[in-house]
Amino acid sequence: MMSTNSTTMMTISLALWASLAATSASADNPETCHWQPERAVTFIVPWGTGGGTDANARRLASLLEEEMGVPFNVVNRTGGNGVVGHTSLARGKPDGYTIGAATVEIDTMHWLGLTPLTYQDITPIALINRSSPGVVVQNNSPYETLDALLDEARQNPGELTASGTAQGGIWHLALAGMLKAEGLAPDAIRWIPSQGAGPALKELMAGGIDVATPSLAEARNLIEQGELKALGYMSDTPMAQLPEVPLTADTLESGWTLSAFVTVSGPDGLPDEIACTYEQAIETAINSEAWAEFKRSSGTQVVFENRHETAQLLAEADRQLGEVVEAIGLAK
Amino acid sequence: MSASTLTSLFSPASLTVIAACTLYGTFIGAMPGLTATMAVALLVPFTYFMDPLIAISAIVATTTTAIFAGDVPGTLMRIPGTPASAAYVEDAYRLSRAGRSRSTLMVSLFAACIGGLVGVALLALIAPQLARVAVQFSSFETFWLACLGLSCAVLTSNGSVAKSFSSLFLGLFIATIGIDVAVGHPRFTFGNYELFDGISFIPAIIGLFALSEILRSAQIGHRDQPANAVQESFSKALHEAALVLRRFKRNIARSSVLGTLIGALPGAGADIAAWICYAISRRFSRHPERYGTGYIEGVTDGGSANNAAIGGAWTPALVFGIPGDSVTAIAIGILLLNGMSPGPQIFTESPELVHTLYGAFALSNLAMIPAGLLVIMASSQVVRIPRRVLMPCVLLFSLVGAYAITNSVIAIWTVLALGALGYAMEANGFPLAPAILGIVLGTIVEENFMTSMMKAQGDLLAFFDRPWAAALGTLTLLLWALLLTRGIYESVQRRRYPSPSSETETYP
Repeated sequence: MMSTNSTTMMTISLALWASLAATSASADNPETCHWQPERAVTFIVPWGTGGGTDANARRLASLLEEEMGVPFNVVNRTGGNGVVGHTSLARGKPDGYTIGAATVEIDTMHWLGLTPLTYQDITPIALINRSSPGVVVQNNSPYETLDALLDEARQNPGELTASGTAQGGIWHLALAGMLKAEGLAPDAIRWIPSQGAGPALKELMAGGIDVATPSLAEARNLIEQGELKALGYMSDTPMAQLPEVPLTADTLESGWTLSAFVTVSGPDGLPDEIACTYEQAIETAINSEAWAEFKRSSGTQVVFENRHETAQLLAEADRQLGEVVEAIGLAK
Repeated sequence: MSASTLTSLFSPASLTVIAACTLYGTFIGAMPGLTATMAVALLVPFTYFMDPLIAISAIVATTTTAIFAGDVPGTLMRIPGTPASAAYVEDAYRLSRAGRSRSTLMVSLFAACIGGLVGVALLALIAPQLARVAVQFSSFETFWLACLGLSCAVLTSNGSVAKSFSSLFLGLFIATIGIDVAVGHPRFTFGNYELFDGISFIPAIIGLFALSEILRSAQIGHRDQPANAVQESFSKALHEAALVLRRFKRNIARSSVLGTLIGALPGAGADIAAWICYAISRRFSRHPERYGTGYIEGVTDGGSANNAAIGGAWTPALVFGIPGDSVTAIAIGILLLNGMSPGPQIFTESPELVHTLYGAFALSNLAMIPAGLLVIMASSQVVRIPRRVLMPCVLLFSLVGAYAITNSVIAIWTVLALGALGYAMEANGFPLAPAILGIVLGTIVEENFMTSMMKAQGDLLAFFDRPWAAALGTLTLLLWALLLTRGIYESVQRRRYPSPSSETETYP
């Protein structure tokens, strides 16, 4: 199953980017970053095989394996909307032999009351993937623009239905956040929970729902086939493969954007030396041709942020996502 | 099929990969607890270094053989290797206990091979049309389909109707454990986050079938007669299997076609295909009363249906890029990685890929025969091991296998708890199969029901609004009406003529 929850994490403001750029010159002395694993490393993925996070993690793990000379075993600890995997990552032994992919849900699940776990319980190492949702409808849908869709939702609140992930999942927050930013009720388009992007797109194709808001990359294939059309991309930079999709940063008054991302993180209290060793190894892997090719194929940009930037991002996203969850009445 | 496809398919590299993956899939599938999905996931890092056509062949060969090989531990140790083998595990295991493990496994091997070949033939002939229908299935249609699947529990069960229903609802209850999909509320988890994702199938199946059997054999102890230790010879088993296949050739044909069609529907996979075909088989059999007691007919149906479904599952994946299951999701990732986007245009733009896929299916179904025979001859030695030695090993395998699937200790507790439950149920005449079906389909029924209700805002008539939903819904309701009237009729008959012979009921 293709899970949407998988390629997720979020940033909202442009200002954040600017602030991150300033700190991107890492203060670490590369001299101290030469920890060397001597046995296999366990790489925890909180989402299922076949999803976006899983694909990113497995590709990265195979590159790290070459680079560091020890096996990296990808272990899918799925369940509980990400709680199980994130918890086992956070509670792992901070000896460098347990790392994993922490996703945006670390910043949402505690607001939703699923777990007390927050981003402060993990040690961020790097950011490796970022993707934004698209607003997608069937190709024969009467709505030609995002504005037309929002007008319909404004006039007949609750008539339209949308899906993309579970209740309170990141793509739900994306839609509800957008509606709220545009002055509509967050449930003016009703959310129908689904098990991820794949099932949601299937429902959309079958005519079971009116709109889907999965990551645009996951809908790209069906858009290129002419089965679906994208009314908007919740980003400020066009997607390379679908440059013609209007950006919400331009078309919406609120300039609403949302990007989701995947980090590589370690358990709470991972020593600096190990964290910065991984940070450097991941940076090398991300800059490789193999990774660039992988990213091209999945329709996402190559991104990398170091551990300080990632830590800041996690904190910032946590605050902003908390506001969205609160606003749509899912906070517990 | 073009000449270039043939040369690429029969290139040494491609043949080596298919052969290696056939053996690999057989091994993984035969290990209790390790599924076809896991086999493919472990393969992913290697596919990065392969030619995309070879990578696809590798995935196809692995899944095809893994689904068949799931029958091996099911037949020999009563541990279905995958949920797809659970429908007929009771029959297969009892046959094996009667000393016919080799011929039973050969029947399921050849049925699987034929099912797989029919599956790919249908895929090649009508993939685009089939996908058009399959993609029309929304939550309403999937709900009815799953209901139809659940009804099979009552159709196929050997126990009394009341006990079958109890068992089914026990399974449905187990399926409700975990976070509810509609509103995200945890149920029966007692705050244990490991239970948030619910009880997974594999540990549940291992517990209900395998552990309960271990407990039973421990109780019998020394008085236990070992299984018929006299092995059939290879040629005798082969001859026997050939006779069975010839006798039930219509079953195999029917279940292969039906299995493919069911597999193509999103949300329904090899397991539902096997259950439905097993139920239909029993319905039309001349000896429905022998099902579940070690009768080979159901094995031919289930065994061919689940392998046929693998081919079917590729239809929506290939035509729309919508994965039918987690295996095809991984395969789509590999295609995209190599710049090939699944979709209607793939048939014209990358015909070599489509043809290679068909070729790989055909080839791996054939390669499965020698690999399968090898495994059958080697593994059937298992039944000669004294039970007091074998059973602790089975226990070990069960626990390790259950742990491997979820990487979580809760799986071990699941096996132990459901093992005790399964033992108690069997000791009191409650059939196990409906419980398993409840666990497998409960989530699907609930999820699609809740989603549909949310869409329709509580309007039940919406369940008959769409053409396919109306057709499937009517069919399901008719079936229920039929079952109900039959149940009432039988109980009236029994009251009128209270004789033990009422057990051998005749099916119209």
